[in-house]
Amino acid sequence: MALVLAPEPPLQGWLNALDTQMQRSPNFFDARPVVLDLTGIPREQQGVAEFIQLLEQRGIRIIGTEGAHPSWAGIEAWGRSMPPPSKPGRAVEIPEPAPAPAAAPEPEPGHADPSQAAGNALVIDQPVRSGQTVVFERGDVTVLGSVASGAEIMAGGSIHVYGTLRGRAIAGMGGNAAARIFCNRLQAELVAIDGVYQTADDMPAQVVGRSVQVWLDGEQMKISVLE
Amino acid sequence: MGKVLVVTSGKGGVGKTTSTAALGGALARSGANVVVVDFDVGLRNLDLVMGAERRVVFDLINVVQGDAKLPQALIRDKRLETLSLLPASQTRDKDALTTEGVDKVIADLREKFDWVICDSPAGIERGALLAMRNADVAVVVTNPEVSSVRDSDRIIGMLDSKTLKAENGERMDKFLLVTRYDPARAARNEMLKTDDVLEILSIPLLGIIPESEEVLKASNVGSPVTLNSPDSAPARAYFDAARRLKGETVEVVVPLERKGLMGRLFGRRVA
Repeated sequence: MALVLAPEPPLQGWLNALDTQMQRSPNFFDARPVVLDLTGIPREQQGVAEFIQLLEQRGIRIIGTEGAHPSWAGIEAWGRSMPPPSKPGRAVEIPEPAPAPAAAPEPEPGHADPSQAAGNALVIDQPVRSGQTVVFERGDVTVLGSVASGAEIMAGGSIHVYGTLRGRAIAGMGGNAAARIFCNRLQAELVAIDGVYQTADDMPAQVVGRSVQVWLDGEQMKISVLE
Repeated sequence: MGKVLVVTSGKGGVGKTTSTAALGGALARSGANVVVVDFDVGLRNLDLVMGAERRVVFDLINVVQGDAKLPQALIRDKRLETLSLLPASQTRDKDALTTEGVDKVIADLREKFDWVICDSPAGIERGALLAMRNADVAVVVTNPEVSSVRDSDRIIGMLDSKTLKAENGERMDKFLLVTRYDPARAARNEMLKTDDVLEILSIPLLGIIPESEEVLKASNVGSPVTLNSPDSAPARAYFDAARRLKGETVEVVVPLERKGLMGRLFGRRVA
């Protein structure tokens, strides 16, 4: 799966927005192939080659471009130009968050195979103490107690904490943007889903100490109070 | 077969050694045979608090390494014959302790005494792990402030994973002992509330020891506070804690500020 970056003019403004986003999620582009969609760039735009260099300096691995105009200088060096795809990769529009393109339909809840569900969930029936790390890449993690300050839960799927979440919760490891974090009381040091994270400092005051869910709306993290 | 109890905290300076001595004194006064064992090799203090620093000949390291026999290293308390001390070495470091050696010493002590109370060093390294390794019961000493609470939480996690009980798939009994509780500061909301500490650590409460000059005085004269001034507020709190350790049900008393008339007038004015 490749990410699609679609820059828009003015390029400098778009780069600034990208930098802000990358500050929030520094590892977001790590080890992810990126396709650069240049269809939004007007033909007369100057400095496209330099712009691509600037992207590469930020550690973004561009494996190809699409929609590049043949008249632009140095286009051969940007990787193989691809035809406009019939099925795009995951669009990353910056700065305006957009909903992810239609993904594979969610499986019907009624059709879930119970034996498989058991293998894809980890239930911890005691508190997770400071200094402890729980890593479960296959699916959801449910903690019946609290997660202490200095403890860390990492899950490939969603994270459910029935006590107070005081440590870190990292859901959707390995690219599951649909993962969510639920906790009975939010006092977390950090919450992250699919590489997008928020520290305690960034959390809105009205959700701290409440029963909440955390999810991704496009590339933006949302925290809402559960009633 | 005696019970092995570890007094631990993670953080330093919260009152592990004081509490070890005080609980040891309290249990010994009730007639039980008690030994307090200093695991803080290299930074020993329990001998000072017990007033036995000038009687140390052999220590825990000598016994672990086979240079001395256990009865040679044990120091019997002059005030209370049911209370003994196994001191640590001040000149060696914690690497001189071996797992097998510690297991053997604790097993021997278990035969001789009703209670073996291990005073853990601060930290989460080898010394602390060896101190908790053989324990049946843990007393987690915590001050009502955030850093101490988080360190205690870390230690509770290790009690549940790095001890023989944990390796055998059993659960260790863990109790919270809140020390240096200052009623005046608690009244002004300057300390973490005991309820919050209990909620975060989620282990049963063994007692709340008020901050008191009596504790310092007792340490300075080399005596557990439960022997030096048994009627003082901290000593009474330790006696209650010791009774709870023995399985008795004793209501936990939250220390209150004792105010004179002036204090009451001022208190009212401030409020």
